[in-house]
Amino acid sequence: MSDLLVVGISDYKMDRCPNVFVTYALGSCVGICLYDKQTKVGGLSHIMLPESSMFKNNEINRMKFADTAIVDLVQNLVRLGADSRKLTAKIAGGAQMFEVQQGSMVGTIGDRNIVSVKNTLHGLKIPILAEDTGLNYGRTVYFDLETGIMKVQSLSRSIREF
Amino acid sequence: MLNNYDELSDLQIDVLREIGNIGAGNAATALATILDEKVEISLPKVRITDFDTAVNALGGAETMTVGVLVNFDGEAHGMIMFLLNMDDAKAIMSILVQEDEEGLDGTLSELKLSAIKEIGNILGSSYINSISTLTGLRIHISIPYIAIDMAGALMSVPIIEFGSVGDKVMFIEECFSAEENNLSSNIIMFTEIETLKIIMERLGLEI
Repeated sequence: MSDLLVVGISDYKMDRCPNVFVTYALGSCVGICLYDKQTKVGGLSHIMLPESSMFKNNEINRMKFADTAIVDLVQNLVRLGADSRKLTAKIAGGAQMFEVQQGSMVGTIGDRNIVSVKNTLHGLKIPILAEDTGLNYGRTVYFDLETGIMKVQSLSRSIREF
Repeated sequence: MLNNYDELSDLQIDVLREIGNIGAGNAATALATILDEKVEISLPKVRITDFDTAVNALGGAETMTVGVLVNFDGEAHGMIMFLLNMDDAKAIMSILVQEDEEGLDGTLSELKLSAIKEIGNILGSSYINSISTLTGLRIHISIPYIAIDMAGALMSVPIIEFGSVGDKVMFIEECFSAEENNLSSNIIMFTEIETLKIIMERLGLEI
């Protein structure tokens, strides 16, 4: 029996097959699915902001930022038996929900989240197999550890599988 | 020293509730004028919640919702969102806009969208004007922006903006209801923590 495990905002979860992760209503946030096909160990991270270095506060929540959350998730996956050299990524989200807002960082936050996610994955040498990012609509992401398939659902479009 | 939303005292929360009451009261008056019917407002709720609770605060993360966003800045920084579900948006438009044609898939026409955007704009301005009058702060508001999407995805916009420090966000929420046409909608306000401090100071509260 597989369970549906809900990943919140600024959160990640990891497990072994069989299980399905879901994270609801990604707007400008980005969902990152990491998977080791051989061991079927994987995880889903839902990041809110690009870089932890934007904030000097020592007590940052590492799960909130792309650069820290992905690194930590990889370590946790390795602990579960994944081979860090075999990990692959599929990403979704990073939309701009409203039109560009002058003087607000929100207008471009989706794009900046995507860039930071890609840079972090690149730094860890994790290839991105698929992405469904940008544009202007919300996405719910399902990630199945049996198949490694990322399923993206939105209100105005049909469900797509990656 | 106030650094996080969850450090607000009961007295400060009472003050915020009253600010919400005055702001939303003013906005409700404007809405009543637009709809030409009586509009009731709920008691204001000051919500200090984690991100997931905020995302689900308005009836489910994936619920299709019409949202109008107005930013404000100047001596106070924040966002106001006017939110309503699709059915209520359509009902309001059928009162206001003499136009039968709907989009092919039951979506709202451009004219109706811009009418809803304008309502959000008027309500946001009324809300902010009352805060400005109360505190003497000079506050500018942006043009309105509209989106129709999952409630959670819309809420993530202010959550990202105001949730960058700490793991909580604070917003003041009121519900409007117009009984004659059985309409309901929500108005919510987010502000920066610095703005809360300034407002408290202006109102003579120790922070």
